[in-house]
Amino acid sequence: MIEFKLSSAVARMRQITHAVAEGMMRPISREFDEREHEKPWDFIRTMWSVSKDNPVGGKRGKSGNGAAAEEADDPVRNERNLGMCVTVEELSWGDAGLYLSIPNAGLGGAAVNAAGTPEQRQRFLDRFKEGDPKWAAMAITEPGCGSDSAAIQTTAVRDGDSWILNGEKIFCTSGLMAAQESKGFVVVWATVDKSAGRAGIKAFIVEAGTPGMKVTKVEKKLGIRASDTASLVFTDCRIPLTNILGSAEVPKTSEGFKGVMATFDATRPLVAASAIGVARAALDFVKDELCKGEFSLRYGVTPTKLSAIERDIMDMETQLHAARLLTWRAATMLDEGQHNNLEASMAKAKAGLVVTQVTQKAVELLGPVGYSRNCLVEKWMRDAKINDIFEGTQQINMLVVARRILGYSRQELP
Amino acid sequence: MIDFTPTEEQRMIRESVAAYARDAVRPRARDADEDGTIPGEVIDTGWELGLVQSAIPEAYGGFGSQRSAITGTLVAEELAYGDLAVALHLLAPRLLAQPVIDYGSARQKERYLPRFTHNGLYPATAAVMEPRIDFDLAGLTTVARKGGGGWTLSGRKCLVPLGSRAETFLVYAATERSSGYSAVEGFFVDRGTPGLSIGERERNMGLRALDTVELTLDGCQVPGENRLGEETGCDFERIMDASRLALAGLAVGVARSAYDYARQYAKERRAFGRAIAQNQAIAFMLAEMAIEIDAVRLLAWEAAWKFDQGERVLRESYLAKRYAADMVLKVADNAVQVLGGHGYIRDYPVEMWLRNARGFASFEGLAIV
Repeated sequence: MIEFKLSSAVARMRQITHAVAEGMMRPISREFDEREHEKPWDFIRTMWSVSKDNPVGGKRGKSGNGAAAEEADDPVRNERNLGMCVTVEELSWGDAGLYLSIPNAGLGGAAVNAAGTPEQRQRFLDRFKEGDPKWAAMAITEPGCGSDSAAIQTTAVRDGDSWILNGEKIFCTSGLMAAQESKGFVVVWATVDKSAGRAGIKAFIVEAGTPGMKVTKVEKKLGIRASDTASLVFTDCRIPLTNILGSAEVPKTSEGFKGVMATFDATRPLVAASAIGVARAALDFVKDELCKGEFSLRYGVTPTKLSAIERDIMDMETQLHAARLLTWRAATMLDEGQHNNLEASMAKAKAGLVVTQVTQKAVELLGPVGYSRNCLVEKWMRDAKINDIFEGTQQINMLVVARRILGYSRQELP
Repeated sequence: MIDFTPTEEQRMIRESVAAYARDAVRPRARDADEDGTIPGEVIDTGWELGLVQSAIPEAYGGFGSQRSAITGTLVAEELAYGDLAVALHLLAPRLLAQPVIDYGSARQKERYLPRFTHNGLYPATAAVMEPRIDFDLAGLTTVARKGGGGWTLSGRKCLVPLGSRAETFLVYAATERSSGYSAVEGFFVDRGTPGLSIGERERNMGLRALDTVELTLDGCQVPGENRLGEETGCDFERIMDASRLALAGLAVGVARSAYDYARQYAKERRAFGRAIAQNQAIAFMLAEMAIEIDAVRLLAWEAAWKFDQGERVLRESYLAKRYAADMVLKVADNAVQVLGGHGYIRDYPVEMWLRNARGFASFEGLAIV
């Protein structure tokens, strides 16, 4: 039945995460935004020791899905994706860049979890439960293609019992840490047959330190500066044959490609949730500041009598919460085992737009103070913007929604 | 937990209302708007759905269903998808019935509730809005002065649904000036009471098929027992919360009808060698419409759920209603735009939906859930 109460497990997780955000992330937020290429190692080590208890792929429990339904009054239904959205929102409320810098299996791990064999999951994911901090990353974007991921040029050629990768990837989140600075790995999208188009695109796992994979650049960014965004160059990079995710066959259709793209149905709600956390930070701050003065939000007043600022704040609150409910819907569908391609893109498109507007408006409403680097709001505006761009730009997500509601293929609605 | 799935019972209710809206209402909606009247059989068939009777407790001849604002918004959406004027006509009796159920004295329940379960639609209604540009629910200028063993009402009301035929009006008035929602009480005023003038049928931008009137109260006296709730009064804020939820649900229905129509049109209409929906400009407008409709619906559901839990929802219902009003206007406007020149012509329904949509920003006091 229709219900809007977080389970006690998720609510508790939110509370704990909020304490981490406020107590551990906020105090170092400004520092690691200013010192872009330094890593917050104390924070990283602390989060690593926490995350080893909650690895990607879940504990080896009855359901094996990482659900935390321990209490009798908690639902039996899996809440993994909803729980992650709530947690990610809190971490991002703390600091979106620091959240992205937390050592974990990340997008790379999600791909292995979704498309890997049991042997691969063990070989690549078990490491996240022990030892030193590690990162996994996903490398898709190239200098010549971002949104058009089917146009990637990085090649994978079979040679005996190896694959040989050649190409260049850019904008790889946590690429430095995954490829070089830890015993992690990078999931690299490459084509085994350019003539086959989408059907030739496969995902390959490249362990950190593999000869032939080199980090050539770490970007200087507008925001999320605590997160390393790397360029990786592959020069005759040799990896075992068993490092391909899924089958090496080039099918007649692009089912395999669609399969990897389906990972985005799970990650888009998480990115939306992160965006919402950043915007909430800005909105909370603005409301707190305004309420120190004579300001109050008069809910129920005839709308034509609202002051301009009341109207702005109410719009921000409403839009942000709408984005949150759309995100929770997309996550809940995943938890219920439902296909959520449309809803995930709706949530991401809405969230990306809303958080950009909310954070930009927040700076405006704080006057000159909002503009100062003594105040975190300008940083949150800079951090927020990426959410409308990565994991599918707003325009791409709108295109996905449009095709779905109209029942159009790529050819029918380019 | 977080769950977005209606119950089996809610699905059944929604489906039967949707079928009525599709089969009985929509085909007659345009003519009703042109003629300024809804055919009797459309109302009779709708009345048989039992949407008002279900709320009446069994002791008074009703079905005694448990009140659910969520179910109410689902019903409101489906009815409004058919036609907003029909939705309001059909559910207007609830504007009097529901507050009696919630706040009425035993005497008031005895007096009014059985009327809704006899035969056909019983014309009763409530009067909330006032014909002023600065109309304010928290600052009603219709006032009730205590005295002479009763109350004297004065002021003006507008957009009173079914006013031309209503036998009883539940008139909301401020018992003290400028004291917010808490100063507002409801008063039962029967047709024919001295001091009550029922105006001519109003002429509105939209809702042209709906009978609405202005009321003028001038030294209109009612006995003390006509105060809703008698000694205990009512919770006007909560009644208005229910109204806001209803309006959000209705708005989602109107918006969805405009979106569905525009989407279908855009897939069929061809220009430059392809369907106009195959252009991103149009496709993105439709995608945005779809997202916004879903967004408002979820906010309305959450507010309705909280209402059903017994929580105060002034903030949630207010924000949902504001957003709903903005959204339905934008969606309806975009629907007209998608239809181009044809969108401007009354042979097509979208211009009617735009005229209906604009009202939501000002509509208040339509607590039909």
